[in-house]
Amino acid sequence: MRPAFSVIFLTTLIGVGQGLFLALVAGQFYWVIGATDIPEAQDFYAIGSLLALVFMGGGLISSFFHLAHPERAWRAATQWRTSWLSREVIALPAVMGLLVLYGGLHWLDWRPVLMTFGNMKNLDLTMATGYLGAALVVALFICTGMIYACMKFIQEWASPLTVLNFALMGSSSGFVMATAYAGFMESPLEDFFAGGAMFLTIAALVGRIASIVRNKNIKYLSSLQSAVGLHHRNLRQLTRGFTASSFNLKEFFHPGSPALLPILTMAYMVSAFVLPIALMAFAWGTGSISAFALAFAVQYAGLLVERWVFFAEASHPQNLYYQKVA
Amino acid sequence: MSDPIAKQLALVIDLNVCVGCHACVTSCKEWNTSGWAGSMPDRNPYDADPSGVFFNRVQTYEAGTYPNTETIHFPKSCLHCEDPPCVPVCPTGASYKRIEDGIVLVDYDKCIGCKYCSWACPYGAREFDEESGVMKKCTLCVDRIYDESIEPERRKPACVLACPAGARLFGDIIDPDSEVSVAIREEGGYQLMPEWGTKASNHYLPRRKTRQVIHADELIRADNPLKKEGPLPKAKVGAPSLDDVTSW
Amino acid sequence: MKAPELDRDSDKGRTEVKTTTCYMCACRCGIRVHLRDGEVRYIEGNPEHPLNQGVICAKGASGIMKQYSPARLLKPLKRREGTERGAGSFEAISWEEAFSTLEDRLAHIRATDPRKLAFFTGRDQMQALTGMFAKQFGTPNYAAHGGFCSVNMAAGLIYTFGGSFWEFGGPDLERAKLFVMIGTAEDHHSNPMKKHLGEFKRQGGRFVAINPVRTGYAAIADDWIPIKPGTDGALLLALVHEIIKMGLYDRDFLVNYTNAPELVNTDEKSDENGLFVRTDIPIREGCVDPQNKLWWDRITDEAVDNRWPDSDPRLMGEYTLEDGTPVKPSFQLLKEQVEKYTPEWASNITGIPSKTIRDLAHEMGITARDQKIELPIAWTDAWGKEHENITGAPVAFHAMRGLAAHSNGFQTIRALGILMTMLGTIDRPGGFRHRAPFPRPIPPCAKSPNSPDAVQPNTPLDGMPLGWPADPDDLFVDDTGTPVRLDKAFSWEHPLSVHGLMHNVITNAWRGDPYPIDTLFLFMANMAWNSSMNTSDVRKMLCDKNDNGDYKIPFIIVADAYHGETVNFADLVLPDTTYLERYDVMSMLDRPISEFEGPVDSVRLPILPPKGDSKPFQEVIIELGSRLGLPAFVTKDGKRKYKDYPDFIVNYETEPGSGIGFLSGWRGKGGEKFMAGEPNPRQWEMYARNNNFYKHDLPRSYQYMRNWNQGYLQWAEHYRLIKQSSPILCHLYSEVLQKFRLAAQGKRPGKQPPDHLRGRVEEHFDPLPFYSEPLESQMIDTRTYPLNAITQRPMAMYHSWDSQNAWLRQIHGYNTLFMHPSVGHDGGFDNGDWVWVESPTGKVRCIASFSQSVEPGTVWTWNAIGKASGAWGLAENAEESQKGFLLNHLIREELPPNEAGDHISNSDPVTGQAAWYDLKVRVFKADAPDDLPQSWPQFPTMKTLPGMKSFSGKVLKFFAGRGET
Ligand SMILES: Nc1nc2c(c(=O)[nH]1)N[C@H]1C(S)=C(S)[C@@H](COP(=O)(O)OP(=O)(O)OC[C@H]3O[C@@H](n4cnc5c(=O)[nH]c(N)nc54)[C@H](O)[C@@H]3O)O[C@H]1N2
Ligand SMILES: Nc1nc2c(c(=O)[nH]1)N[C@H]1C(S)=C(S)[C@@H](COP(=O)(O)OP(=O)(O)OC[C@H]3O[C@@H](n4cnc5c(=O)[nH]c(N)nc54)[C@H](O)[C@@H]3O)O[C@H]1N2
Ligand code: SF4
Ligand code: SF4
Ligand code: SF4
Ligand code: SF4
Ligand code: SF4
Ligand SMILES: [Mo]
Repeated sequence: MRPAFSVIFLTTLIGVGQGLFLALVAGQFYWVIGATDIPEAQDFYAIGSLLALVFMGGGLISSFFHLAHPERAWRAATQWRTSWLSREVIALPAVMGLLVLYGGLHWLDWRPVLMTFGNMKNLDLTMATGYLGAALVVALFICTGMIYACMKFIQEWASPLTVLNFALMGSSSGFVMATAYAGFMESPLEDFFAGGAMFLTIAALVGRIASIVRNKNIKYLSSLQSAVGLHHRNLRQLTRGFTASSFNLKEFFHPGSPALLPILTMAYMVSAFVLPIALMAFAWGTGSISAFALAFAVQYAGLLVERWVFFAEASHPQNLYYQKVA
Repeated sequence: MSDPIAKQLALVIDLNVCVGCHACVTSCKEWNTSGWAGSMPDRNPYDADPSGVFFNRVQTYEAGTYPNTETIHFPKSCLHCEDPPCVPVCPTGASYKRIEDGIVLVDYDKCIGCKYCSWACPYGAREFDEESGVMKKCTLCVDRIYDESIEPERRKPACVLACPAGARLFGDIIDPDSEVSVAIREEGGYQLMPEWGTKASNHYLPRRKTRQVIHADELIRADNPLKKEGPLPKAKVGAPSLDDVTSW
Repeated sequence: MKAPELDRDSDKGRTEVKTTTCYMCACRCGIRVHLRDGEVRYIEGNPEHPLNQGVICAKGASGIMKQYSPARLLKPLKRREGTERGAGSFEAISWEEAFSTLEDRLAHIRATDPRKLAFFTGRDQMQALTGMFAKQFGTPNYAAHGGFCSVNMAAGLIYTFGGSFWEFGGPDLERAKLFVMIGTAEDHHSNPMKKHLGEFKRQGGRFVAINPVRTGYAAIADDWIPIKPGTDGALLLALVHEIIKMGLYDRDFLVNYTNAPELVNTDEKSDENGLFVRTDIPIREGCVDPQNKLWWDRITDEAVDNRWPDSDPRLMGEYTLEDGTPVKPSFQLLKEQVEKYTPEWASNITGIPSKTIRDLAHEMGITARDQKIELPIAWTDAWGKEHENITGAPVAFHAMRGLAAHSNGFQTIRALGILMTMLGTIDRPGGFRHRAPFPRPIPPCAKSPNSPDAVQPNTPLDGMPLGWPADPDDLFVDDTGTPVRLDKAFSWEHPLSVHGLMHNVITNAWRGDPYPIDTLFLFMANMAWNSSMNTSDVRKMLCDKNDNGDYKIPFIIVADAYHGETVNFADLVLPDTTYLERYDVMSMLDRPISEFEGPVDSVRLPILPPKGDSKPFQEVIIELGSRLGLPAFVTKDGKRKYKDYPDFIVNYETEPGSGIGFLSGWRGKGGEKFMAGEPNPRQWEMYARNNNFYKHDLPRSYQYMRNWNQGYLQWAEHYRLIKQSSPILCHLYSEVLQKFRLAAQGKRPGKQPPDHLRGRVEEHFDPLPFYSEPLESQMIDTRTYPLNAITQRPMAMYHSWDSQNAWLRQIHGYNTLFMHPSVGHDGGFDNGDWVWVESPTGKVRCIASFSQSVEPGTVWTWNAIGKASGAWGLAENAEESQKGFLLNHLIREELPPNEAGDHISNSDPVTGQAAWYDLKVRVFKADAPDDLPQSWPQFPTMKTLPGMKSFSGKVLKFFAGRGET
């Protein structure tokens, strides 16, 4: 498939935003259950939410570049019954709305207690909003992942790993961001985030490796034989029927050479996972905030590459029909 | 699509007679560029790297190795799947399948140009029009086939009317008595990529070979004209005969 | 969006439907052109038209884009003074200036030496008019594309059974059971062929294709028999051998309808050697085949007049006439001739296993013999015998340029004609069927003049520019045997060149051989590109100068509708209209669109007004003829006779009062007559009302066996299709050829070949078909150039015409060279690599494509896809010129110097058919350091000419009624 930059930015940016949102909620929960005695700094969540919102907004804006008719984008919310894309279109603003709410409540410090538990910890409105947000974030991850995973004949994508990896990579990048942010804000949550980031990045690495291994062993269900309906062992396309170019030749092929894919795969393995892990380990050891920031930057760059490869390595069965020229 | 439909219009393409002439390709473009589904723009029409919107293409495949090669011309347009994966994924509802006749269409006024449906078509049958920013595709010439200002026998898709070899049949594949159903049934009509459960409505008829077996006795026959060229059982005039030596 | 049912097409603008005849190719289908607000909205096949019955092809359906082509020439142009020819620097002029230039120049030529006008036309359909113009002008130097197209197919079969394929006749696929197609890619009968082939296959007919390449039609064949190019003669002769050997021929047919039993004088010493022995029955004058030959009767064992009551002739054996003359039935000579042509022998030459050849022969013979068709149609033969049935043998053939475009093509096609005849399939159901005005006598009656005296100043030519020689005295040569025609047609170099040799015109004119000319007038011929052999050199010749600085070809006129490669070599350019903008006729005097059932002719009517200053070439001819005072175009007192072309078509008669004109339908005052009758002022209207064609269905009993069908022949004589109603026997044995051979042997009085050509004529004018290797292969080192290189027609492009077509050029934007992978392995290159293709004449660079559907000793490409940079309204870097290539640069127009002469055309020695497919090449990887990924040769980019409207946008969004963008 041809990697579209709008979609690459959309998915990576909202991934960061969603991960950051998750981190904030997790952090708040961690705080509430009493990991630290320092009183909570409300503006930490508020500014954090704003930050997440910026990422998500960036993704949203980027997504509009994908549409030929952005003015009709609202229509995209109508088919939620059948279309994961439509569901994403609903979930994304919903997450953003909850981010606003979550950040706003924190900012206003409006935290009516909804429930008090036996251990005297309170479930206040912000926390509840956070939980709801987290649930929506997960839903959004599922929607985004399912957009790809539901394409059953793009077999590289048609796997729960696609959803899992979207979630893990998004969460990982969000937690790395959160760590850098916490460090910057000198929040005591830094260590918690760092631990989470470390764990999620390793999990994302494992998930991505799992999908690479899986994709290496894919048995393609479609073949030239099934595409044309001729069950001859030796079947070749002589011409695709036109020498000009067409949508079919642009949309479903990546522009790079075949040799590029393994190189880029190595590149994102290092940049999206290995290097960030190393940098975080270093930062954790030394407490260097800039190393966390660097880890995020390096990882984000790596994720952009990862997403490019994600598209590029997906082989669409239509390509069986659109090969050679003569 | 779970709603059962009463009628499914489709094309049946006979690979046994398709000579790969591309008449269906250009007549499709010609009808549709100025029709309901048009226009079908061409980028760089007279420059290097031209590229254009076509709803139908004819490709060529080779099977086997010389001298036992088969060359197969293979036309393909939207197959109007009975269970079209391109429809449910469309976030706007622009892509739809008509209940009344099973034709899969795009409503250009709703389409946002996200191209997602094209990803969901395993056959590469959708064509994005970058100029108007909407997805287009074969409409089964829906703007011809019901147009009552056209004489009834010409109310067929442009490609079907054009096809000089008569390789393209058109009709309702649900009606068991239709020409297309009969052809599918009797000539071994098949669907493309059945593995995806799209239940493509367009069918293809495979190559069918006519051979002749020659029996040895057909080469030796009493009426062989060579026999006429042999000597007649006639002797020289005046040669001795039994008549000269016997008497009864 | 409006529901499609509510969004009716007819509501989108003012709609009109007009009918005319397509001219996106020479097939001439009927079309219905739908217009919306005056713009072409949709072109569909006309269901009422007999030829295509509603279907249309890829080209026909793309006619819209031809109408809006940016390559249209819209103004008359003259070469800018002081600029070099070929540089493409022109200024727009008025038609008046163009006409007066033409008038001055041509009037002077006509008054001095009419030969100095060479008027040649390409793939046009108005040879009746252009030929008549040339004749009226008085120049012998006229021909159309036939000589480089498929004259072998016309001549080879017409000299054998009085008809041929394409417009002249074709396979009856409705009734055939076995169909054998040889060397055909697309043909002049493109839509009908597809239609019939489709129906034939669906009926379960068996289809065998013989072709080095398996594409197009051959793709759907039940069996593909790959053959080495140029060797079909060997295959066909082996089939003939096997069919004779097994006795699978139709004896009755041979006896009754061919010259097989006729006795040939075999006395080597006699001057009559090889001629039929004749009785002294007085013969009728004229071009008939008198029935005054002898048979050897089986029953009485003696010579009898042919068709002696109750006689049964021998087909084989040798006999002595009473006067001691040794004789053999001509069939015996055929049998002897093919004795050596065994399937094993042919297998070595053709690369086809001998078993395949044998099986094919048996299959043909058995199908023809055992699946006889009988139609309950009573008819009377030319000898008065009544028959209750029409019978037929369901074996049909079709062949085209794969046989024709070789230097051994004439004899190969003779072999095919003989095979078809032996199977008894001539004008019978299930076999070959004629189309009116065929069959013709063998040879047809039209003759070109036979002496230089026929050319006189200010006088029409005394004879037809093109004709059908019956013996050496019909040749158009002077006393020394030197050709009168510039192209050397009807000379000893190519005696039966019945369509001329357009492919040698430029070279001959440049060399001044046999004489220099003044003006070269090209209409609808892309002679600086795809219709020339040796294109690179020909382009130089067009601009070459004498020592005194004058051009060797002093003046060149190009009449064309589009900015093709040749236009830039013109001194004067005459912009023609498109086919949708003019009147035209597909005349009975030319090659009409007749059907098996009877004569059909048709017209083209303007659908749109001419664009810019373009003018129908038909009008140009009428105007020129009138201005020059050519007798046919002016009244007795020298006044213009015809207002315009439509007026000419209605009122012109071949001779005053003959009642025969260009159109055969609705003649007579009120349109009540056909074929002959007074002019009918409303003739166009009547054609228009009848979907632009006139079809006359013959009575059923006249629809078959027309060579020998008394009723038909009398009908044809009555309606002046033929001069005399005498039977047309199939010529298994060709006495016409033998007469040339006798002349070459010095055994015949009258015209004699120059000595250097005697051997060549003697060899090739064999009265019975024989196999010889193509001429070029005999003269070059085929170990260095081991591969055969051929071209094929793509179905979606017509010659060079369609690169300007925004839709079609997306299908074929450039061509590659197809070959078996083994060629690449031997040459060290891979699929998709750039390669050099080299012949003894030059080399071209192109892209290699591997394919398994090609005979491994053959490489091939699509014809005429590669273009010169900037031509056809395309950008200078368009794929057509950068990736596409033209094979013609490699094909020589003259053979290497040999015994026959230093400048002998690379053509069939009998007919002058251009030997395009004799090309031998080698292919190797293009990896020299300076090799660009670009085709070669390249030529300077052609620039847009004055008056042309180039397309300036980036995107073409055609929507009729809203303009081009
Ligand atoms: N679409 C389209 N139609 C056309 C034309 C066009 O340009 N485009 N041109 C028109 C014109 S002017 C003409 S003359 C006709 C020509 O009609 P065709 O004669 O059908 O056309 P060619 O392309 O010359 O095809 C020659 C075929 O012969 C095969 N061949 C070559 N050498 C040999 C050989 O030695 N033996 C055998 N058995 N086969 C051989 C080639 O592979 C090819 O398939 O088509 C007419 N129709
Ligand atoms: N290598 C190779 N060369 C071949 C052949 C081959 O098989 N292989 N085939 C040969 C054969 S069979 C033929 S017939 C020739 C064909 O050769 P040509 O007839 O010379 O070539 P075309 O490309 O048909 O185009 C002739 C010209 O007609 C012009 N034209 C098109 N429509 C109109 C019109 O309406 N009016 C006017 N005035 N001009 C118009 C075009 O612009 C073009 O310049 O090519 C021959 N050349
Ligand atoms: S062929 Fe493709 S576009 Fe057409 S209905 Fe099926 S999935 Fe949809
Ligand atoms: S491109 Fe248009 S039709 Fe396709 S999915 Fe998007 S909105 Fe639907
Ligand atoms: S049915 Fe109509 S739209 Fe579809 S391929 Fe045929 S001509 Fe084109
Ligand atoms: S028009 Fe008919 S014969 Fe020609 S390519 Fe299309 S389906 Fe095949
Ligand atoms: S075959 Fe020739 S005449 Fe007929 S529609 Fe096609 S281009 Fe036109
Ligand atoms: Mo031709």
